[in-house]
Amino acid sequence: MPTAPAPAFADAVASDRSLRRFLHGLPGVDTVGLEARAASLGTRSIKTTAKAYAIDLAISMIDLTTLEGADTAGKVRALGAKAVHPDPTDRTTPRTAAVCVYPDMVATAKEAVAGSDVKVASVATAFPAGRAALEVKLGDVREAVAAGADEIDMVIDRGAFLAGHYLKVYEEIVAVKEASGAARLKVIFETGELSTYDNIRRASWLGMMAGADFIKTSTGKVGVNATPANTLLMLEAVRDFRTQTGIQIGVKPAGGIRSTKDALKFLVLVNETAGSDWLDNHWFRFGASSLLNDLLMQRQKLSTGRYSGPDYVTVD
Amino acid sequence: MSTVERLTVFKTYKLYVGGKFPRSESGRVYEVKKATSAAGAAGKANWLANAPLSSRKDARDAVVAARKAQAGWAGATAYNRGQVLYRVAEMLEGRRDQFVREVADAEGISKSKAAAQVDAAIDRWVWYAGWTDKIAQVVGGANPVAGPYFNLSTPEPTGVVAVLAPQKSSFLGLVSVIAPVIATGNTAVVIASEERPLPALSLGEVLATSDVPGGVVNILSGRTSEIATPLAAHQDVNAIDLTGADGDADLARDLEIAAADNLKRVRRPQAVDTDWTTDPGTDRLTSFLETKTVWHPTGSLGATGSAY
Repeated sequence: MPTAPAPAFADAVASDRSLRRFLHGLPGVDTVGLEARAASLGTRSIKTTAKAYAIDLAISMIDLTTLEGADTAGKVRALGAKAVHPDPTDRTTPRTAAVCVYPDMVATAKEAVAGSDVKVASVATAFPAGRAALEVKLGDVREAVAAGADEIDMVIDRGAFLAGHYLKVYEEIVAVKEASGAARLKVIFETGELSTYDNIRRASWLGMMAGADFIKTSTGKVGVNATPANTLLMLEAVRDFRTQTGIQIGVKPAGGIRSTKDALKFLVLVNETAGSDWLDNHWFRFGASSLLNDLLMQRQKLSTGRYSGPDYVTVD
Repeated sequence: MSTVERLTVFKTYKLYVGGKFPRSESGRVYEVKKATSAAGAAGKANWLANAPLSSRKDARDAVVAARKAQAGWAGATAYNRGQVLYRVAEMLEGRRDQFVREVADAEGISKSKAAAQVDAAIDRWVWYAGWTDKIAQVVGGANPVAGPYFNLSTPEPTGVVAVLAPQKSSFLGLVSVIAPVIATGNTAVVIASEERPLPALSLGEVLATSDVPGGVVNILSGRTSEIATPLAAHQDVNAIDLTGADGDADLARDLEIAAADNLKRVRRPQAVDTDWTTDPGTDRLTSFLETKTVWHPTGSLGATGSAY
């Protein structure tokens, strides 16, 4: 994995000024068009076998997440067990992609999913605010990696980004990427705090140029999280980035996706925007917790023909 | 000077789900006609309104709304529930004329007979409102046991109840099946009479403007068998009242079989021509209650014989 920028962008990241020129030179986002496109793709009707396929795909793309101050080792173990066997009554149910926890819970999570292909992702860099010194953030990352995290979810410094210090944000991502070593790096922009679609596009390019393996919408801790429109915008960014550099980068919408219907809309966005190459949990993830239960209930409905209820899935 | 005749503003009858008034998710409607004995000539003059023809997805959405409202409604004090239900009766009184007209059209009876039905329905509502904080004393209480224990039984609501409203009595029968279900803290998904749904849909407007939280009562109109079948099989419905399956023994049997899958409480249909004006008793209240019994040690703990 290259930690140096793709050669095409060596000039752009040479200085704060050149980086600003590059990012502000990206085409502006047509807000109305973007939202209309996202809304129209959300009207697709997906039924029967296509729905069954989509539900299984969505389950396999979930980063089953618990990021609470009240997390205990027991809760993380329960989460791990659920990731490995989402529906114990039906062993054909696919596993989720990963569990996502705080760094101090990585070792516990690792034990809980041992022997399966479920990955352990850890948020780091003073998640969710990202307000800490760089050394503290890097220490956070190293600790998570040392505990065995397969993936690191970092937050960018939104303050620096909004103030226009793009190079600072860039260098921080590069440093975190280096500290992550072999772990895949997801870069969280917290789109709800970036105010404009133009900013989301800029942040996407900035993250990709700095070596992100995934770009992720949000932490799930603010009012506005993943929306179809901002995810569509990021999917366009990864598509264009691959066209330009040949490097494929993943996308992870997180927060606010609770129903099967929503999840299927996102999968339509992926297929129609980035393409079917991204319809794989190596390249697309959902950051979610309650979504899994709804997917399981829908799955039970498809296999038994009767509506299921929350009594038949775990409480988490 | 020519006078322009005024155009009547027709009412769009809509479902009542989760405190809102959606159309059917399917977009379908069906024609509701006057009961034959009241209608004069055949044809268009019989037409009353279009009612939403609910689909199984409307039923599913209604169950979600009812489940969401259940804990809050069951958690309200019995006294508060009684006040809220009494408030519904107040609202009904204010809309009395509208219900008299709708019941007369729906059931093919005279205005005066319809008025008697509506009055009885409002009284029935008040009667059940009074029961909210009394039913626990009647069916619960301390049990004598052979040991040093307090043994107390208390009734608790069953949960989400699917209610098939009676097919003939469009308003008094309807109130007589909804009120006892919600009085004890259950939430209800109600399937209105298939051919006489308008008073039920108007009842939704009354509930929305009283203090009943959204989702406590959800009212669907459409083909009873089409909506009841997914509800009877639904794993998140705790009980089903088959009153409206009167006159269709096959449907009632199929629904009961489907309901057995998750051990729903089932209330079987009664005679088709039930006289709803008679005193209902507490039977319907207790149909959808679960009894919780608590054992608590009592008696002496120490050598001194002191109890706590």
